[in-house]
Amino acid sequence: MTAILSVKDLVKKYGDFTAVNGITFDINAGEIFSLLGPNGAGKTTTISILSTLFTPTAGEATIGGHSVTREPMVVRNLIGVVPQELALYDDLSARENLVFWGQMYGLSGRNLKTRVDEVLEQIGLTDKAKNRVKTYSGGMKRRVNIGVGLLHKPSLLFMDEPTVGIDPQSRRAILDTVKALNQQGMTVLYTTHYMEEAEELSDRVGIIDHGELIAMGTQAELNRQVGEKDTLVLHIDESQNGAALAAAVRKLPGVTQADITDHTVAVMAPQAEEIMAPVITAANDLGIKIRSVDIQEPNLEAVFLSLTGRALRD
Amino acid sequence: MKKLFLIGLKDVRLAFRDRAALILMLLAPFLLTLGLGLVTGRFSGSSSSGISHIPVILVNQDGKQLGNALVQAFQSKDMNGLVDPTISNDPSAAYKQVDANKAVAVILIPAGFTDSVIPPQGQTIPSATVQIELYSNPVAPTSVGVVKTILDQFISQVEVGRVGGQVAVTQLISSGRISLQSAQAVGAGIGLSQASQSARSSSITLNNETPSGKAVNFDVLALLAPGMALMFLMYTVSYGGRMLLNERNQGTLPRLLVSPTTTVQVLGGKMVGIFLTGAAQMLILIGGTTLLFKLQWGDSLAVLALVLAAVFGAVGWGMLLTAVAKTPGQVSAIGSAMMLTFGILGGTFINMDNMPVWFRTITKLTPNAWGVDGFTTLALGGGLHDILTPILALLAMGLLLFAIAVVLFSRRGLTER
Repeated sequence: MTAILSVKDLVKKYGDFTAVNGITFDINAGEIFSLLGPNGAGKTTTISILSTLFTPTAGEATIGGHSVTREPMVVRNLIGVVPQELALYDDLSARENLVFWGQMYGLSGRNLKTRVDEVLEQIGLTDKAKNRVKTYSGGMKRRVNIGVGLLHKPSLLFMDEPTVGIDPQSRRAILDTVKALNQQGMTVLYTTHYMEEAEELSDRVGIIDHGELIAMGTQAELNRQVGEKDTLVLHIDESQNGAALAAAVRKLPGVTQADITDHTVAVMAPQAEEIMAPVITAANDLGIKIRSVDIQEPNLEAVFLSLTGRALRD
Repeated sequence: MKKLFLIGLKDVRLAFRDRAALILMLLAPFLLTLGLGLVTGRFSGSSSSGISHIPVILVNQDGKQLGNALVQAFQSKDMNGLVDPTISNDPSAAYKQVDANKAVAVILIPAGFTDSVIPPQGQTIPSATVQIELYSNPVAPTSVGVVKTILDQFISQVEVGRVGGQVAVTQLISSGRISLQSAQAVGAGIGLSQASQSARSSSITLNNETPSGKAVNFDVLALLAPGMALMFLMYTVSYGGRMLLNERNQGTLPRLLVSPTTTVQVLGGKMVGIFLTGAAQMLILIGGTTLLFKLQWGDSLAVLALVLAAVFGAVGWGMLLTAVAKTPGQVSAIGSAMMLTFGILGGTFINMDNMPVWFRTITKLTPNAWGVDGFTTLALGGGLHDILTPILALLAMGLLLFAIAVVLFSRRGLTER
């Protein structure tokens, strides 16, 4: 496989704060690579550096063999960027937005018109192309936001949490669009803090936390890092002492890890069913009322929990 | 270069789709001009320009009928309150008064002026032409324009008297009512009488004769309308600055910067956008006041050149403001204060010609002051060559401020602030 993107020891500091701390990874042509991590993990900063918006404090990144710091204009022609926040002109229509952004990517004349029509068709807004963006729903705006990134047919598309704050139907449409683009040969770097999206879309996943890439691989490879353990998730009332319950549960035989997050105690064990009874007994002994119990098979959430001791939503 | 205009045109389109901005860019200056026109009586025919007590020194070396008539014209009741004439016998002292900004102009009536128009007794032809000299203060173009208008009117009427005398004598001779021997004395008498009466007559008003001979009326709105337009031009440039910072907040500026577009292109495009919006605003206001108020702005080409220069100077301030401010709110607050301050300093509400020198010097930091001077000069019949100084000053102002803004932007960065 040919790496279209190579990142090596990338660092970005703001004074004493380190937003990205020496991450290294490659993305192969034609794959969907997800950066999975909680808010503030460094995903957007990483994309901002790779898209030439920010200059790294240290390290290097190349796209298509071109340095993002030394050849930014070449790199910009190779990439498409779908930012996390909507970056559109509300007082322009979808068509006017696409025409303007197409012009910024050097499109003109018949080629520009053709591409705008194709993208409008692709994002399903041909009928409403003349309406001003400010009259659109959140999902429709998101689709235009994605469309702008596709106009010049980039080799590599950066999508920074494109489904934040939208309804399930629009989210579904966006995920389907990403898959369709990938099937057409487009390489995608997708950032998200939704485990389900990373699982559904990605060929490979990089898990990022506090600016560091703490794990990377296919989903199966990452699950193996957890050791094929189940997770027993206990939801307790706000007034209950979850820390005491986690501490008590850790001492039970068969429990490999127990952590408390937002009134939820996550207990990891090779077989969740086998530890359920003693865990509930421990809760009763402490006088802690359990509202509900879930059993999760090995997934990226469990991997993150295993690696960081925290849930992804932290 | 193409991207500069694409970004600029997009900004013009956005500005003209913003109803609140349109009200302040176009409707507000128009209505304020209309209101001030009503207050000053422009629409009832009793207009007052707000210009008063213009200090002017008359040096009458002629001492004969026409020289005295000119002095009397400036001292007449009709000029009372408009000009404060002072009589002097010493031209050098008078010039120094102007140089010291204690007077707006010196009118030197040289010896022999009357004789150069009307032959003295015993001579058949006038002596060589003697011209009246106007020595004026360049820092008070509005007041100088008024003085020049009065002077031009006087000279025009003297010419009427001279020609009238010649015609009358010719007719008297051809009708046989006077002899050839008495023609010279009769002609001198008629010409002198007509010229003197014309010069003294109450018909002397704020009228000026342009070089082309076309009469131009000095209109109070010629002062008010440019002042208002220029004041609200400052709103437009601060609005443009606000748009730039808004783009940063709404993510379109970072998106531009990850497209194959350089920072210089983005900044230049924003400047083009503000420039085009400001120019469109000024031209719409000029067109509107011309059509609705019958306001004469003067030579079209010169007006266009001055509009472009004034907008350029104002855009420089807008870019500097944007580079200094950190948020759109700051641009709004500082921009509003700047609009009003520049409006006052620029002479939108009061004539600055009678202000102290140091104060008038400060006003020249504003594009409004240069613009008002230029527009007044044009309204009084001046041409492109008469407003070269304001145009050059405005262009230099715009360039300097834009350069400072670019330095500040490059230090702080467009997105990482």
